Order: sequence, then structure tokens, then C-alpha cells
Amino acid sequence: MRWVYQLFTVCALNLRNLKGRLDSSLVAVIGFTGVVMVFVAVFAIREGFDATLLETGSPDVVIVMRGGAGAEVNSVLSINDAKQVTGAPGIVATAAGPLTSDELLVQLSMPKRDTGLDVNVPFRGVDADAFLVHGKVHIVAGRNFQPGLNEVIVGVRASHEYRGFDLGQTIHSGPYQWNIVGLFDDGGVYSSEVWGDLTVMQAAYKRGSSLESVYVKLTSPDAFQVFKDYLTTNPQLTVSVERETDFYAEQSKNMSSFITGAGAFIAFLMGIGAIFGAINTMYNSVSSRAAEIATLRALGFGRSPVLLSVLVEGMLLGLLGGVIGGALAYVLFNGIETSTLGSNFAQVAFSFEVTLRLLVQGAVYALMMGLVGGLLPALRAVRMPIASSLRQL
Amino acid sequence: MKYLPLIWANLMRRKARTLFTLLSVLVAFMLFAMLGAVNQAFTGGVQFAGANRLVVTNRVGLINSMPINYADRIAKIPGVADVTWQEWVGAYFQDPRQPITGFGVDAASFLEVHDDFKLPPEQAQTWLADKAGVIIGPLLAKHYGWKIGDHIPLRSNIWRDKQGNSTWDVNVDGIYAGGQGDQLLMHYKYLDDTRAFRNNQVGMFMLKISDPDHAAGIAEQIDGMFANSDAETKTSTEKAFVQSFAAMLGNIGKIVVGIVSAVLFSMLLVTGNTMAQSIRERVSELAVLKALGFSRRGVAFMVLVESLMVTLMGGALGLAIGTVFAGAIGSKLPFVQNFNTPPSSLAFGLLLMLALGLLAGLLPATQAMRLQVAAALRRA
Amino acid sequence: MSSPKPIERPQTGAPLVQLQGVTKEYRRGSETVHVLQELSLSIPSGDFLALMGPSGSGKTTLLNLLGGIDRPTSGSISVEGTDIARYGESELARWRAHNVGFVFQLYHLLPVLSAERNVELPLLLTGLSASERKVRVQAAMQLANIGDRAKHKPSELSGGQEQRVGIARAIVGDPLLLLCDEPTGDLDRKSGDEILELLQALNREQGKTIVMVTHDPHAAARARRILYMNKGRLSTEPEK
Repeated sequence: MRWVYQLFTVCALNLRNLKGRLDSSLVAVIGFTGVVMVFVAVFAIREGFDATLLETGSPDVVIVMRGGAGAEVNSVLSINDAKQVTGAPGIVATAAGPLTSDELLVQLSMPKRDTGLDVNVPFRGVDADAFLVHGKVHIVAGRNFQPGLNEVIVGVRASHEYRGFDLGQTIHSGPYQWNIVGLFDDGGVYSSEVWGDLTVMQAAYKRGSSLESVYVKLTSPDAFQVFKDYLTTNPQLTVSVERETDFYAEQSKNMSSFITGAGAFIAFLMGIGAIFGAINTMYNSVSSRAAEIATLRALGFGRSPVLLSVLVEGMLLGLLGGVIGGALAYVLFNGIETSTLGSNFAQVAFSFEVTLRLLVQGAVYALMMGLVGGLLPALRAVRMPIASSLRQL
Repeated sequence: MKYLPLIWANLMRRKARTLFTLLSVLVAFMLFAMLGAVNQAFTGGVQFAGANRLVVTNRVGLINSMPINYADRIAKIPGVADVTWQEWVGAYFQDPRQPITGFGVDAASFLEVHDDFKLPPEQAQTWLADKAGVIIGPLLAKHYGWKIGDHIPLRSNIWRDKQGNSTWDVNVDGIYAGGQGDQLLMHYKYLDDTRAFRNNQVGMFMLKISDPDHAAGIAEQIDGMFANSDAETKTSTEKAFVQSFAAMLGNIGKIVVGIVSAVLFSMLLVTGNTMAQSIRERVSELAVLKALGFSRRGVAFMVLVESLMVTLMGGALGLAIGTVFAGAIGSKLPFVQNFNTPPSSLAFGLLLMLALGLLAGLLPATQAMRLQVAAALRRA
Repeated sequence: MSSPKPIERPQTGAPLVQLQGVTKEYRRGSETVHVLQELSLSIPSGDFLALMGPSGSGKTTLLNLLGGIDRPTSGSISVEGTDIARYGESELARWRAHNVGFVFQLYHLLPVLSAERNVELPLLLTGLSASERKVRVQAAMQLANIGDRAKHKPSELSGGQEQRVGIARAIVGDPLLLLCDEPTGDLDRKSGDEILELLQALNREQGKTIVMVTHDPHAAARARRILYMNKGRLSTEPEK
């Protein structure tokens, strides 16, 4: 217990004369703040992006595309293919027949609000069934489009991201006009899209009657395997069958690992830089306390309390920087909407998400940086010869 | 300079402190160099995209095609030197998760317009004569271990032939140098003759114009020519085209600037703090120098030089290391071109080093200048 | 290595330094402290003057004024005909570099430089080439009897040795005036005596004009004449 008492005493003394070292301590803290801010901001991108994709869809909805396509834009399905799909077991039955949604996903080249440069906006052609299959999709403003017309509804995220996508406006795309009659949301990826009438779009994009995907509503998530087996064993069909949730979760992987890789690398480098800065701060701290440390040791205080007190100081500086950095990142970035390239070569809109877990990770990272920064100076502190340090008094 | 030993000795006064400050600056500039590579790769450097090439795509979107006969009409526009086209193959080899950047092209006109793709004449000849021939980039050859003469069953995740197969057997007739090193170029005709849909259409035209200054005018002409048709066009310079791609990833430029600013600000504080500490410790020495007859400006100047030495040494090393890293990373990245630190980044980095050194040393230098000799000596 | 010839000086007797009505006061908070009051002083060339007095009497201030590292509130300080009291900062700096050599109680050597580099410092302000500087440095160090310690850092030298380096530094530029502020104040008796002997030799053999501030009568006795400072005024008698 005496050891702990010593440690506490040394740390308290340490804090008391912090005032004299305020400027260099501030430098270390600011360094850590910068690192954590960047760390949290970059990973908030990943969190937000993942969240949007993982939120998309339901486990009892299945997407059927042509085998090997990988993405809807690469897939081609005929009406016949779609018909064969409806014959599979496990599909929810309605008065009008098995509940499936035939869909066509194309793109609109439109300028982003912030950069003004053109990006590819996902444009999905659907029929009435789509709203029954995609249960999370609901109209939040205006009304749904009427079939057979050049009317479209726009996802709320899409309307924030792109110019000219407000309710009531008209999208001009090449020779076509699309009137925005409503806004919708699903809490996931579809909110980045524009939805219009399948038949109208097939004509506009010269697709004849071909589709790209069929979304199917199963009676329950467990019906998946039976459903899939039926289709994959059909010699007339070459299709890929996936749960909607799995499909979109998979899409997040590439971008996710890219951001993780790049973000970790940058945060790591910045961290090293901050540590070097902190080492100077801690050396300064130790040398300005040389006489005091010598006195304590002459009085009988052991080496480890002295050593630990330096480490503690480093960690406190780190923690302070981590907390401030995290707070700043939250205030500056949380909720900011942006979009990036998804696997359909079109934009996925999402928001920065500064989660609690991220803030904690940032703080811990900063704590570690402070610890590492304090290591060498801590060793120097205990190696200082008592006698000569006392003479400096 | 004769004052160098003194300035150097002062830096060496606290070796550890100087070293760690220098390392801090080094890491900062390493990051700067690498972010410079990111900036170039993702926002399109000036170097590689020729200002004399234009890209024509369907106005509605990249995914849409245009009739191939547009080429003849475009070629007739005055100021257009050559026209070529390409069609996305959606190619892969065995694993659909590893896409290959493959295009169906018109070989002869392609090589004309893309004069940055260098192919030995014998290989070009073979390719032109071989209906199922392809030329590949060195990165592709390296990755798959393909050599000239190899036969490859290329798959497409979009196109099917009339029987429903998605394999096109091709022969490697050549390996080109320059241009984008990871591409595969097959004959458009081979693809189009056999594919079951979208025949006689292409996704992109690329043209070379004789005078870059006329780019805007020619672009307008082309788009005007096809306005109100079924396939309206959008023509832009190659540079703008590449930049818009990068913009799809996000506002990379802003992100890079944001990070660099945060890092440099931190660096400024670190270096400034070190200089301030250093000066504080030798107040009496600075007073002695002044007593000896060193002018105020001379003393201030020495302090600035000291500060500059730290930032220049650390910064130069950092830029060098960062550039090497960037180049190494760049050669490993798929799909990304020109991931290396451009000279403009290095030049800008040098300016930043100078600014950093001067700013960090400014306050300490002013303090040194204002030092009252008699008072300072009395204090000692 | 022969020592450089001293510049031709006016004969002992002709005033080298002339102070007239010199006053120095400075502010401390709301109070004004009068350090020097209407001081007049004449220092002939080749003089060895000791200034004695209790602490706070202003003797160091007077020395600082003579050396141009401080400016008087009023009055004139004429050195070889030039009134340095009128000089601006940069002019003073330049003047100091060529005309004054300081010797401090705490030596004030730069700890990061070797002894010979410390001695070389004043010469960096001249236009001399590296080899010319080297010659003078060696000569000065020989004269101060410290040539064998050229490469050592101050931390490796004893107090007496450090002071010798200080003196070598002060004379390397062959200045008109040698100003010493308690040069033996931090030294033991033996080292102190050696330093004083060196100063005497420089005065007698090299004709250097020396003004030395000291509180030690033993040291003052080495000078040619002694003046006493008390409350900012000079007198030939010590205060009773």
C-alpha cells in the first residue's frame, strides 16, 4: 500500500507544477487531439457507410440475378427467367400471384451538390410489387409515382446529395424528363436511389422487356434454402440467389476495408508524429522537475513511483487529447451527409457516424500514444543521479 | 557559412530534443508526400491526361451506349484528328470477384489516339491480323503470369453470345508499355460479332484533336450534333473525365487538405515549442553574443536558421521517404493509376518546410532580438 | 606563432575614454531608481582602473555603459573621440565588436562550443578568413596561457581555465578596451591570482586599457588606480 501512496503523492506533485510546463503540455495535447480527430472522422465514414448498407433490406427478401453477374448492372434477365422464378417454393402468395418484384437498375449522370461534378445516381425501375417486397420503403413526402408516366420518386438521401432533386423539380437526363412527385426513405441504400416505372424505363433505356434482377418476398427467412435450391437446380436458369441483407452487406466489404486500411495507415503515421512531439514534452517535464525528483528520491521514494508518475502524466495528456479530439470530431462531422462509389458504379449516400465505440477507441488510442510518449522520459527520470540533480537546486 | 558551427552546435545542445522534433517533422512530411500521391491519383494529375483528348459518353449515363456510326460523324468535324472507340467487356479470368479492366477496341484507331500506349511494331502487326488477339498491360501480365502467345479463356460478367456462353477465347499478341498498365484490349469486332445484344453500340468514344485550345468548341459541336437523338452525348476532356471519376469516391481533395492542415498545424506547434524552449534556456548566451557585438538582427537570423535547419532536414527526409513509400504502394494498387508523388507536391512541400521553419522560429527570434543585454547578464 | 602587433595607441596619458555628466536611471514599477548621478570620468590610454564599491552602487552599470551594452539616460560617453551615447542599437553592436572585450564573473562561455570556437566568436563578426581567424585565436589563447585546452568544452575546464578562455576571447579582436566584471569573483585565491597576473601582464606588456569592477581589495590592488563608487557617484576615497 505504501507504494501506491508514493505513486499518488508523486502524481499529485506532478500535477501541481504543471502550470510551469503548460505550453509544452498543450502542444502534446493538441498533437493528440489532431490525431484522434482524424482517426474518428475517417472511421465515422466507415461506420456510416456500413450502417447504411447493413440497414438495407430484410432477411426474408431474396435477390435473384443472372449467375456470375455480381452486381445488378451486369445482370440480364428475361421475362421468362422472371416467370421461372415465380414458380419456386417459399414465396409469399397474394391474390395477384407470388410476390416478386421485377427490377431494372440503370444510372443517371447528375451533378453532386458539393462538388458540382457528375456522378452516377442509381435509377431503379420498379412496378407496384416493389413496395410490397421492399417493406421498409415508405413515402415521406409527396406521393408515389403513377405507372406509365415519366414520374419518379427520389430517396431522401439522394435528394440531399444531388442538384435538382427536390420535390416538384424535374430531372433532365439526356432526351428524357423525369418529374419528381415524391420522396421516400428506407433507412438504407435505397434512400440513395431514384425509383421510376419499370415499363417506362425499359422503353427509355431501350431494354425491351429485359430485367436485371428479381426481388422475392419469402414466407419466412427459413424458406431461403429451399427456394434457392429449386432455382439453382433448374437447368434452364443460370442465376445467383442471395438474401437481400447478405447481398448489401457484401457490398460494403470492399469500401469498408479500403477505408479501414487507408484510415488506419494515416492515423498510425499521425500517431507516430504526435508521439515524437509528446516525447519532447515529457522530456521537458522531467528535466524541469529534476531537482524535485532528486529530492523525493533522496527522501526515500522508490524508483517505480517516479517512473509511473511520468507515464501517468503522459497518459493523462493523451486522454485529454483523445477526449477533446473525439468531441471535436463529433461536433464537426457527426451526421454530415455524403456519398461515395458503391459496387454498382453508382453513388451510395450515407452519413458520418461518430459512434460511442469509436469515441472510446479514439480515447484509448490517445491513451496508448501518451503512454508510449512517456516511456523514454520516464526511464530518464529514474536514471538521473540523485546527487548531481540536487546540486542544481 | 561561418556561423554554421555555432548554429549546428546549438541544435546538438539537446540531441534528443532536436532528434524528436526532427522526427516529428519527418513523419509529417512523409504523410504529406503520400497524400500528394493520393491527390494526384484520385483527382487527376495534370501530367498524364492529355489536354488534346476528348471523351464522349452517353449523356444519360456511362452505362448507356451510343451507336458506333457516331464515329464517322465525329471524325468529320474540323479539328478532330483521330477517333476511336471502346466497349467495356466486364472481363475476368476464372474469379468473377477479380475484375479485369478490359475493353473491346478498334485496334488501329485506338493506337492512333492512345499514343501513350507503346507497342513494338511486330506485336502491333500480329494483333491487327489476329481476330481473337489481345494486348495486355505489364501489370496484368505480371499478376497472372501471362506471356505473349498464351491462350486465355476470358469471361465476361455482362455479355453472352447467342448460345448463352460468356467466354471469349483470346490470344495474347502483345504486351504494351506506358498508358494505363493494367488493361486488356481485345478487338471490338470479335466481341460485337458474337454477343447477343447491344450490337453495333459502344460505351465510349475517344478522340484526338489537333489544337487543345479548340477543345471546348469541338465538345459543343459534338454534343450539339447528337442533341435530341435517342443517344445524346456528353463530351469532356480526358482530364475532366478522370477527375469526375475520382470525385465519385468523395471529395478527396478536401479530405486530403483537411488532414494535411491538421498535421502541419500540429507540426508548427511542436517545432515552435522546441525553438521557444531552446531559446529560453540560453538567454544568457544570446546576451553574450550581443555583448560581443552580434547585432540584434544577426542573433534573430541565427535563431531562424536554426529553426529552418530542423524543418528542412526533417522535411526533406520525410518527403524522400514518403515519395518512395508512395511509389511502392502505387505499384501494388489495382485499378489506381499514377499513384506517386508528383513534383508539384515536392515543390509545395519545400515551400511548406520553409514557411514552417520561419513561423516556428519567428517568436523565439523576436525574443532573442529584443533581449536586453545588461538585464539578461544581470539575471544570470 | 608570433602575436599580432598591437595597433599603435596614443601614449599613456591621452584620454581614451571620457564620460561627461552621465546619468542612468530606470523604472521599477512606479518608482524611478537613480543608478548613476551626473558621473564624469576620464580614462587615459593604457590605464588599469579598478572600480570598487558595495553591491547596488552601480559599478556594473557603469561598466555596461562603457562597453556599450547599456545606454545612459543622459550625458556623453566619448571613446577615442566618438560619443557612443548617441549610437543606435546596431551601431553600438558594430562598435562593440571592434572596440570592446568583456570578461564576466561567470565567464559566460557558450557550453556548446569548444574553447577555441568560443574564442573565435568575436572574429566571426569581422571579414577575416578562416585561416586568419585561426592564427589570431591561437595567439590569443597562448597569451592567456590556455592554448593546450583548445579543443575542450567549457564543462571540461576548471573555473580558472574557463576564465582564461574568457580573457582570450576578450582580447582576440585586439580591442581598445578590456572591461572586466568581477573576473575573480567565482575563483579560488590561487586561480584568481593567476588571472590578475594575466591582466596585469596584458596591461603592462601589451598596453591594454583595462577597467575592472571588483569588491575584492586584494584584486583592486593590482590595478594602477582605484576609484570608489557609492550611490552612483565616484570618489577617490572609499565610503566611511
